[in-house]
Amino acid sequence: MTGFSEATVEELAERIGDGCLLALPKPDAGASMAVVRALIRRRAKKLRLWCLPAAGLQADLLIGAGCVASIECSGVSLGEFGAAPRFRRAAENGTVRVVDSTCQAMYAAVQAGEKGMPFVGLRGILGSDILTHRDDWRVMQNPFADGEDPVVVLPAVRPDIALIHARLCDSHGNLWVGNAREAAVLAHAAHGSVATFEERYDGNLLDDERMTAGTVAPIYVEAAAHAPRGAWPLAFPGAYRADRECLAGYAAAAATEAGFAAWLDGHVSGVGRAA
Amino acid sequence: MTAPPTTDEFLACVLARAIEGLGNVAVGTSSPVAATAALLIEEESQGRTRASILGSRRYNPFNDGGSEIHDRAAQGRIDAFFLGGGQIDGEGNINLVGTGSYPAVNTRFPGGYGSAFLYFLIPRVILFREEHSRRVLVPKVDFVSAPGTSPPSVHRTGGPHALVTKLCVMAFDRDAGRFRLQSLHPGVELEEVKEATGFDFEIPSEVPRTPPPGPARLALIRGVVRERVAETYPEFAATRIAAG
Repeated sequence: MTGFSEATVEELAERIGDGCLLALPKPDAGASMAVVRALIRRRAKKLRLWCLPAAGLQADLLIGAGCVASIECSGVSLGEFGAAPRFRRAAENGTVRVVDSTCQAMYAAVQAGEKGMPFVGLRGILGSDILTHRDDWRVMQNPFADGEDPVVVLPAVRPDIALIHARLCDSHGNLWVGNAREAAVLAHAAHGSVATFEERYDGNLLDDERMTAGTVAPIYVEAAAHAPRGAWPLAFPGAYRADRECLAGYAAAAATEAGFAAWLDGHVSGVGRAA
Repeated sequence: MTAPPTTDEFLACVLARAIEGLGNVAVGTSSPVAATAALLIEEESQGRTRASILGSRRYNPFNDGGSEIHDRAAQGRIDAFFLGGGQIDGEGNINLVGTGSYPAVNTRFPGGYGSAFLYFLIPRVILFREEHSRRVLVPKVDFVSAPGTSPPSVHRTGGPHALVTKLCVMAFDRDAGRFRLQSLHPGVELEEVKEATGFDFEIPSEVPRTPPPGPARLALIRGVVRERVAETYPEFAATRIAAG
């Protein structure tokens, strides 16, 4: 295999164009915080976030920094560090369009996109105000049922670009995401993907049967960049835990706009610890 | 001498009673009290009840991404689950999205997560919200994240089973579509519950007391269960459960 050369984190952020439908995995399934910071530094605009199935710090930072037009997901929070303060404020002020969904709808829609299916039908949801406010969803009669059986149907979703963080990358561009299934399905469903990775892998990931199931092949990946501790301050399961002090500090600082701006200066724009 | 139960130990035992004898019990993220209840019943039943704790590595069998718990629920292979609610109303509707008129909500909550799906498909959903106030228990939720009941034409194998708060337990009657007071926690009077509840509920002529945990159950919680809870919720295990 030829043709793979590593990109830089800044180059990945350039590939994520303003206005694109940007897919992000849940915070513990390979969050590329390094590229989130680079997107803020390059002053990305009008991103439409699509978070599988829920969002956290990645989305809250991008929203607070003014990079986001809309967000679709099943929920946004900082987990044990409480509500996502910039998301919450933006939703209450109406400065970001929030498209509420439910976890299994997010999974089913993107799995349909991965399979090239036109739509998918789902149990539940009927009678929920989530459905009331989704003009892109429909209710149809189950064609296989004898009696009345209304079913919610959703269009398949194929994001413009998926942004993931992988544990390993070999010299062919194979990425090992391990058990982070959200990262893998997003890479498969999106029109293109960009990835950061923790460590370089010596050899070919596809040569080792123990590694292939957790590997995303380069046919799905436009560019990859080496970013050690690239999920920081979030946890990267199997590699490192969350930086609890940093996350608690963020949750407190981001309660106000001024506090958020100061946090960005220290951790993203300035010379802080961030990549 | 056994120290009396802490609030969280007491509530974990109330939740535990609601899942006794079941096969598969799942607990969502950020739910340490429910996780304690599920791990307690798993231990007591010697594994006949299986607890699946999201966020745990050791006590979480799901390794095919976040959709797997929903897949299992839709197959009918999860018997009980716990949900909260920013608002809960007397018809069992829950609101995890926000107050006021959507989408320009007054107060935005994190979101519905799996509720709009799981509430339909898990036979025994236990609503657990420690706060018992008119702010939370409202006449009508502002936004229905998931409805308490559905018309007969809707495929529905699950729904609310009970509501547990810091004051009482209410059972949900699916045919009537409303709650019935099941028991009052020790020291709580009926008037207090009426005063703090924004919706009407059925009150039986005799309302029993919620029994406190016995010494054997308390010892289990403070021993092996506490250790297992600590894998996912170290701070909770250290500060909210007494050392055995």
